[in-house]
Amino acid sequence: MSERSSVVRSSEGTPDCMDQPRDASRSRWEKPALDAAKMRTVGLRAFYGEVEVLRGIDLAIADRQVTAVIGPSGCGKSTFVRSLNRMHEVVPGARILGQVLLDQQDIYARGVDAVRVRRRVGMLFQKPNPFPTLSIRDNVLAGLSLNGLPVPDPEGTVEKALRQAALWDEVKDVLGRSGTSLSGGQQQRLCLARALALEPEVLLMDEPCSALDPSATARVEELIHELRQRYAIVVVTHNLQQAARVANLTAFFYRGELVEYDRTDVVFTRPKERRTEDYITGRFG
Amino acid sequence: MRERVGFRQLVDRVVRGACLLATVLALVPLVSVLGFVVVRGAGGLSLTFLTGVPKPVGEAGGGMAHALVGSLQIVGLACLVGIPAGVLAGIHLAEFGATRFGRFVRFSADVLAGVPSITVGLFVYALVVARAQRFSAYAGALALAILMLPTITRATEEFLRLVPEALREAALGLGLPKWRATLRVMLRTALPGIATGIMLAVARAMGESAPLLFTSFNNRGWARTPNEPTASLPVNIYTYATSPYAEWHEQAWAAALVLVGLVLCMSVAARLLVRRRPS
Repeated sequence: MSERSSVVRSSEGTPDCMDQPRDASRSRWEKPALDAAKMRTVGLRAFYGEVEVLRGIDLAIADRQVTAVIGPSGCGKSTFVRSLNRMHEVVPGARILGQVLLDQQDIYARGVDAVRVRRRVGMLFQKPNPFPTLSIRDNVLAGLSLNGLPVPDPEGTVEKALRQAALWDEVKDVLGRSGTSLSGGQQQRLCLARALALEPEVLLMDEPCSALDPSATARVEELIHELRQRYAIVVVTHNLQQAARVANLTAFFYRGELVEYDRTDVVFTRPKERRTEDYITGRFG
Repeated sequence: MRERVGFRQLVDRVVRGACLLATVLALVPLVSVLGFVVVRGAGGLSLTFLTGVPKPVGEAGGGMAHALVGSLQIVGLACLVGIPAGVLAGIHLAEFGATRFGRFVRFSADVLAGVPSITVGLFVYALVVARAQRFSAYAGALALAILMLPTITRATEEFLRLVPEALREAALGLGLPKWRATLRVMLRTALPGIATGIMLAVARAMGESAPLLFTSFNNRGWARTPNEPTASLPVNIYTYATSPYAEWHEQAWAAALVLVGLVLCMSVAARLLVRRRPS
């Protein structure tokens, strides 16, 4: 660990824009202070068996902003987002140390139900994964109906979620068809609608476009822009241009550590860390 | 170059021909068995055969309604035990089967699948019939349930494993507890395959005579309760086919035809039932 990075570590977890007061001319998303963050990790460590894949991450996720998580393969990005809604522990042998605060409450505290956390923190996966046995309509409602939750207005819920996912116009006449009959990009938006139907507070996206073609990717990115008005969004991506396009804030992970976290334009134009610069200029990764 | 292409095309034709020949060879026994049963059995088939019970020995006519109902009764009872136990065991193996216990259960199921059916009959005879001092449909059903168990268990496990892990993640990510994710998503998605496995097990159980010979035994008339010796089609086919009477032989063929038709109908019905999914 270089001397440089230890300097950064002291202020890490809180991008400068978040812990320092700024003048009012700055845009809204730079404002929130650390304790106003929607989610926050404190000394988060994650393991698969004996292998430590996250080595103490302190990071704050602001509401109504898009946070991109970038880094080379195996740096722990996916593990990081999966630890934010307790999906990490689904893998046998996986465990977590440290805290993840959602609205100041530790989601790993004793007595907190992982199932409730996942309803508040929705997730979109790398590959579209609609339920093949369910129709488009039932896929959207799956989070509610499969859980035995009452759905007072199913048609309204379906339309609202599909509209939010910008899929309504394409599927409104074929709601009874199988979810897997759609194209890959449509399937991914269907999965997004399915997550939105649960009205989550935070949306996690684990490389949501890596299985999509460029035009489908563009649609999902547009959607991220719109959804930012309402949700805290965390996007893991391998695509640096995508991070630059959709995210207000960018976190660079390397070998299980958070190297740099700042406003996206700062990370991409004036990174403080040598490793960040090497990565974004394509020298490794 | 041209010669090579010609040679490859020749090899292609030869291999294709071999595959076709093998397929035809495999179809020969299937078609001939079915054809033989239809040709020989159709003559003995009549309304009386399906609704009546046997006449006294030596008299013409009579039917096998009691054996038809008995078979359905014994297999039905076996299903009540075998299907839930097999499916639940399969779920256990697929979800938590990576333990020593899981490996032990899997190995036991494979061994059980290879146990001759008459041995299972003998086991139930010693366990149930000898103690209760009576043959019964219950005992027959237990023997058949034991025979169905390994097939259903392994089919359930295999087809659950074929369901992509991504679907489980999707379900858990939507805030479904693990049990709901397993039942409502994994099991639902694997259902057509599991149903096929169950149908195989049921079809096999329908046709078993050996384990019934000394468990449910036989009955020349109606059994009033399942706690009595009960007639079944396979045992009746065996008894009638080895009798010296020509008319009984004809009835045995008719019973074989009914048995095949029954299994076929059940397979088709099961497939139609589980195929209920969006287009």
